[in-house]
Amino acid sequence: MNKMTMVEAINLALKSAMRQDDSVIILGEDVGVNGGVFRATVGLRDEFGLKRVLDTPLAETMIAGLSVGMASQGLKPVAEIQFMGFILPTMEHLIGHAARLRHRTRGRLHCPMVLRVPFGGGIHAPEHHSESTEALFAQIPGLRVVIPSSPARAYGLLLAAIRNPDPVLFMEPKRIYRLNAQPVEDSGQALPLDTCYTLREGNDITLISWGAMIKETLEAADHLAQQGVSCEVIDVVTLNPIDHETMLASVAKTGRCVIIHEAPKSCAVGAEISATLAERGLVNLQAPINRVTGYDTVMPYYRMENHYMPNTADILEAVKTTLEFS
Amino acid sequence: METIYQAQINFSRFLSASGQAEQPLPSWTEQPDTLVSYYRNMVLARQLDNKIIALQRTGQMGTYASLLGAEAIEVVLGERMQPNDVLVPYYRNHALQMLRGLSMEDLLSYWGGDERGNAAAAMGEDFPNAVPIATQALHATGVATAMKIRGEKRAVVTVCGDGATSKGDFMEALNVAGAWQLPVVFMVNNNQWAISVPRSLQCGAPTLAQKAIGAGIRGEQVDGNDVIALHESVSNALQHAREGKGATLIEAISYRLSDHTTADDATRYRNNEELKAAWEREPIKRLQTFLHQKGWWDEVQESAWQNEVAQLIQQGIERYLQQENPPVEHLIDFLYAELPAALQEQRARLIRNAQPGGSHHE
Repeated sequence: MNKMTMVEAINLALKSAMRQDDSVIILGEDVGVNGGVFRATVGLRDEFGLKRVLDTPLAETMIAGLSVGMASQGLKPVAEIQFMGFILPTMEHLIGHAARLRHRTRGRLHCPMVLRVPFGGGIHAPEHHSESTEALFAQIPGLRVVIPSSPARAYGLLLAAIRNPDPVLFMEPKRIYRLNAQPVEDSGQALPLDTCYTLREGNDITLISWGAMIKETLEAADHLAQQGVSCEVIDVVTLNPIDHETMLASVAKTGRCVIIHEAPKSCAVGAEISATLAERGLVNLQAPINRVTGYDTVMPYYRMENHYMPNTADILEAVKTTLEFS
Repeated sequence: METIYQAQINFSRFLSASGQAEQPLPSWTEQPDTLVSYYRNMVLARQLDNKIIALQRTGQMGTYASLLGAEAIEVVLGERMQPNDVLVPYYRNHALQMLRGLSMEDLLSYWGGDERGNAAAAMGEDFPNAVPIATQALHATGVATAMKIRGEKRAVVTVCGDGATSKGDFMEALNVAGAWQLPVVFMVNNNQWAISVPRSLQCGAPTLAQKAIGAGIRGEQVDGNDVIALHESVSNALQHAREGKGATLIEAISYRLSDHTTADDATRYRNNEELKAAWEREPIKRLQTFLHQKGWWDEVQESAWQNEVAQLIQQGIERYLQQENPPVEHLIDFLYAELPAALQEQRARLIRNAQPGGSHHE
């Protein structure tokens, strides 16, 4: 099995999906000859040609609206938005059309499109390139929001997203695009959506996260293991529709929970998880749920972004507070 | 300095406001069939429109967007499109949708607040109404992209009003249609009013058709009350699209003879003199005069058709009024192909609340 980075695994999943299904069409800005600004689509145009890899005019609203039209015809557009900061013009089409086309036509039409977007901070990018606005999308009924946290899961989840008959926002944590190459088999096997992934089992505390923060969360869990603290680590993966059951079951076992995400704290997906754990799992909680998050402020430009980003020390501190509560 | 590009926008009209030929007519008008068919469908469209407004006024219909004044645009598009073309409509295309196969009760069902009106199998691959402005123009380019990728000789028609041409979606759609030579016909029903905002405040350009020039597609203006001019323009644009030669923007000059919707009162912002003048140009009387002159339509036919239409409409309304509400689980069941586990509890609550004794039982 070849070792590869997440961005290479995404490229491999795109190739696999395109080889398997002629209706899969790649589109976006610079996805053709250039292979995408992060090279996620590199080589696709050479292998699959101009009719299946479309360099679009520079217009995000158009990319989303065009994808809705293509998907209604039974194609499977896999569109790329270059950075999360540029996704906002697509929202009218995602909310008003992609996510409700099946519903408002009672299944006569549906919208099997995927919108891929790199997100998150930590790579010293320009302004408007580092946001984590997943919560804006996670509240849209009918839109799946899926976030991988490793090369192998990126491969399997992207295949699942492409094969899913409904629209999927596939958010790629670009801070870990090229970290930690791991073996990825080009098996053509999709991984399940709508379910949490328990990355590590433990008994003392549940750590819940997604995307790039899984890296710091696992680092914290390693560190705590050396101190004799057994952490259960849950990667939420699908933020909508969300699998609360796995998290509730874990917290029923551990009694303690820290939620970690890069996005601002208020009205974030962490707040939804926390609310549900309190609503349905309060009797199992031995300590208040703790959250390690970004601040409720604008994502800083790169010189100051380290002050914004949660880190392993923040997680360790929150875990300590949670474990010490009695 | 040298001129490196010049463009012009042509306007076409064959029938004057009083129904007289202003220039030699195309040969297809020498036979009555097409013109009589346009006329009959326009009469049906208008009478149905009146009836739907009456239903709304008596509490049997939701807020409704009248098509009054757009009948010519509707019937020409509806009769010139092929069944395997795709319509991506806005919310004022009722007659066009019916000519595409939508039943009257499904049309009424939609405006009566029930999305099952969008579900009719007869709509084929056509989109449901776009309620947000101009978004449909981009969906049309996506449908056209699919056709182009597959090498199909089909066309997409999308319709919007003059106000929609101010939106970025419209401009982005024209742009990509030009860049990729997509088989789309963009029909702008320039009815002079976007709710209360007149055409003059919408855009500084003297025509809306000239927006095509910046996108590198064909653009032309036609009299939207003249079925002959519309027929020529639409037929050419569809042929152009199907032959792989790209998109056309048609600006049809019409007038919104109604309020914006039944929730609007145009007397708040619109001059009655302007409205009266517009009624002098309307499409049905114009074609009727022409057909009378030709001897292709008379008072007896008129009376018989009006009665037949009234019966058809009455039957459609009765079927509409007999419709039961959909099952309450429809609120959730069509969101995803398969019900996610996360929604099962909410679905059960929805059903429970709708049952006798439940908090939402009717």
